[in-house]
Amino acid sequence: MALVLALAPLLTGWARKVKARLQRRRGASVIQPYRDLRRLLGKEVVLAENASWLFRVAPYMIFSLTWVAASLVPTFATGLMFSWTGDLIAIIALLGAARFLLTLAGMDIGTAFGGIGSSREAMIAALAEPAMLMIIIALALLAGSSQLSTIARFMDSPAVGLRVSLALALVAFLIVALAENARIPVDNPATHLELTMVHEAMVLEYSGRHLAMIELTAALKLLLMISAIGCIFLPLGLAVGGAGPGGYAIGFAAYAAKLVVAGALLGTFESAIAKMRVFRVPNLLGGALMLGLLATLLLFVSKGL
Amino acid sequence: MGTPVLLIIVLAGIAALLATGLAGAIRGRAPDGRVLVYGACLALCALLALAGIAGLAAPPSGLGLPLFLPWIGARFRFDPLAGFFLLVINLGGAAASLYALGYGRHTAEPERVLPFYPVFLAAMNMVLIAADAFGFLFAWELMSVASWALVLAHHHEERTRRAGVLYLLMATLSGLALLLGFGLLAGPAGDYSFAAMRAAHPSGWLAALALLLVLFGAGAKAGLVPLHVWLPEAHPAAPSHVSALMSGVMTKVAVYAFVRVAFGLLGAPPWWSAVVVLALGGATAVLGVLYALMESDLKRLLAYSTVENIGIVFLGLGLAMAFRADGDATGAALALTAALLHVFNHALFKSLLFMGAGAVQTATGTRDLNRLGGLIHRMRVTSFVFLVGCAAISGLPPLNGFVSEWLTFQAILLHPDLPQWGFKVMLPADGALLALAAALAAACFVKAFGIAFLGRPRSEAAAAAHEVDGFSRAAMAGLAALCVLGGIFPGVVIDALAPVAHLLLGTRVPAQLAVPWVSIIPVTAARSSYNGLLIFLFVAAASGIAVAAIHRFASHAIRRAPAWDCGFPNANPITQYTADSFAQPIRRVFAASLFGAHETVILPPPGDIAPARIDKTMRDPIWDWGYAKPAGWVERTSISLNRLQFLTIRRYLGFVFAALVVLLLALALWQ
Repeated sequence: MALVLALAPLLTGWARKVKARLQRRRGASVIQPYRDLRRLLGKEVVLAENASWLFRVAPYMIFSLTWVAASLVPTFATGLMFSWTGDLIAIIALLGAARFLLTLAGMDIGTAFGGIGSSREAMIAALAEPAMLMIIIALALLAGSSQLSTIARFMDSPAVGLRVSLALALVAFLIVALAENARIPVDNPATHLELTMVHEAMVLEYSGRHLAMIELTAALKLLLMISAIGCIFLPLGLAVGGAGPGGYAIGFAAYAAKLVVAGALLGTFESAIAKMRVFRVPNLLGGALMLGLLATLLLFVSKGL
Repeated sequence: MGTPVLLIIVLAGIAALLATGLAGAIRGRAPDGRVLVYGACLALCALLALAGIAGLAAPPSGLGLPLFLPWIGARFRFDPLAGFFLLVINLGGAAASLYALGYGRHTAEPERVLPFYPVFLAAMNMVLIAADAFGFLFAWELMSVASWALVLAHHHEERTRRAGVLYLLMATLSGLALLLGFGLLAGPAGDYSFAAMRAAHPSGWLAALALLLVLFGAGAKAGLVPLHVWLPEAHPAAPSHVSALMSGVMTKVAVYAFVRVAFGLLGAPPWWSAVVVLALGGATAVLGVLYALMESDLKRLLAYSTVENIGIVFLGLGLAMAFRADGDATGAALALTAALLHVFNHALFKSLLFMGAGAVQTATGTRDLNRLGGLIHRMRVTSFVFLVGCAAISGLPPLNGFVSEWLTFQAILLHPDLPQWGFKVMLPADGALLALAAALAAACFVKAFGIAFLGRPRSEAAAAAHEVDGFSRAAMAGLAALCVLGGIFPGVVIDALAPVAHLLLGTRVPAQLAVPWVSIIPVTAARSSYNGLLIFLFVAAASGIAVAAIHRFASHAIRRAPAWDCGFPNANPITQYTADSFAQPIRRVFAASLFGAHETVILPPPGDIAPARIDKTMRDPIWDWGYAKPAGWVERTSISLNRLQFLTIRRYLGFVFAALVVLLLALALWQ
């Protein structure tokens, strides 16, 4: 639990550093997000006059829901102590609950910007969540369980083999992860222009410690998605629960390597591609949904695919 | 068969409800008539709900009474299936009666509502315990007529009168379909009791046709697409406590009718009937929520959302039929349990949401979302419980909506190796449709809560709203508490449902209350498990840690200031998003092809101070092709047949002669 919280800003800082380097800038240090959080925590909150209790409570609820979801994802070892309390569907539903509250918070003050962010986020979620659920169904059918630890262990075992469904699920998962984390090409995390905002528009009115919690939540969600991709599709070096300190050390080293590679790939991808027009995003996410459906259909039609 | 003590209690309760209806007719206009009627209904519904809970654990019992037709009599039967639905219906009835104790003060003509409300409740209860087709259909029609009278309570409005006509038409169609279905099941012997139908074991095409007729009849009452058109007209037209009953409870009586026939009376319908149910369930789920997203009337939005949830229930029932057809009784029990759990959960949160909509309508005088806003400041309790209802219906953990959705997904994951191609295609398609419906439902309820309660008031009525009375708040808070408890302790309800699955399918889901830490494990622990209590505690602990850390390490300063709005705040609340603008991206993505939705923007030339204009148009394809066109044919056919009224005497004599010739020919050919 504490590990994901500590590592999340570092991953965000690393991805930003890679983007800066590709733009021929030196870029801020990789620990700059920690400094940003500390700065925000010390600042005064400027609250709109008509903000309700929901606006003030939402950052805490969003943060705790995402933190619980992130704690249920295996990072460097399977067999988490409480992995049986929530399977992959529950993890995605917890993220959905966080998004529900964030969308409501965006509408609370009653500005046009909040409405823009919330309505666009609702459209993106209406396609990203079903795509994610189809991917989960495909993975659960293969592994015989929807528990993430069991899926990770199955993917690590020799029983999995090369499958078309897995390839389709991987592509779809990458697209959905980009959409869920508000990354280019779906949304620009570094912008403050209305035309390009989705997530930033919803949190426009937040400041001080509330904004610090929301930024930490965004970093946590990115770490969650990358950990999930790592433990499902790249379970190399994943320690089995109960392995000795050597096994854990290898697991941790492998996990750190996965994060470094993922951050670099994310930064490179975001620099290589432009942000899509808002109404082209449903085409992309619809494609992910179709890939997920196809993966599931292939598994229903023939177990070997 | 056990002793019919519980059945006698239920019958006595129904008789008492009918007597309350009579009392309502006599004392309707008196000032204490409302308290008398609704108080009596509250007490009787509570009693009947307790009887339902007792019936879940008791063995089935039967009773015959010399009512109705003298040579048939009336048979009644009380088994766990009836007990479960009695619990659902009377829990909703009790909550609605408690709500009406406060809400009913504002009724303009109480004598139009008070006599029919207890009769409506009595008829719904009677449907559940009827054990022969005559009693069932009598109670079904009584339920339809009583609710029709309640829908027409505000008969001065033109829209309400049209809704009443449409409702009566669809209710008649549903009754006719059920009559034909039961007739087919009774067979040439003509024994209408359910016991005889169960023993008859109808064969292939007969069973399929009877099932389809009952699906049509029950679906018309429940709101399956394309038979749902009356729901968004009739449910909002009725008073709010009646809307809560019609949406949350009467649709469940229709689900009961289908479950009784499909699982109780028909032994083994052909496997392709499950494909029909699966297809209809999935289509209803997605279409219902898309319609809801396009609505800006709060109650019509909730009515369409009922259509979506009924689709989810029928999807679960279709899965149960599919697994049973392929011989997996345990899988069928899981799917049936998921569907019935969703029935229970939906009755809870839909009643809560309709009561909240009624509270909003009482406080502001309008249900148009584009006239509301900022109610979270004016109606604190209502907004909080409405938020709980919205979160529950969107399927968010740790509330109860998530549990039934999760169980349905577990049922879909159960059998990827079914042999029939119809199932191989329908199951993943239904998984996708269910996922899409769930995501769109969350968007829909963000819209409903966000536009109505958050933001700034869009009209003076919304700015002057006041909180509603104590009874309404108590009823809504009770239902919200049940939603939370149902999410944290889902094993209680699942174990209560086990006798129903055992009765209908012979097996049951593994016992949940024995699982450590109050988790639920629907199949085996290796497959998956969910623990609502621990997730709730983890989230609470995480937020506690966050609050403590922030309190310790962060600044406490807060300053109130005008909204930032990127430096260009506009004080006019009309610059906020409205319901239509919130749904515009989704409308453009999903409804452009399906509903022909498009917008025309007319901008005046530069320098002209005239306002710009935006027109959005949409057509409902189901109404156009399924109802308006056939209505046109019927009208044209009847106009052309009307010419028969004005023939000469010679043509009439020619008709009589031709009819005689045809009948003699028929007689000759028959021999």
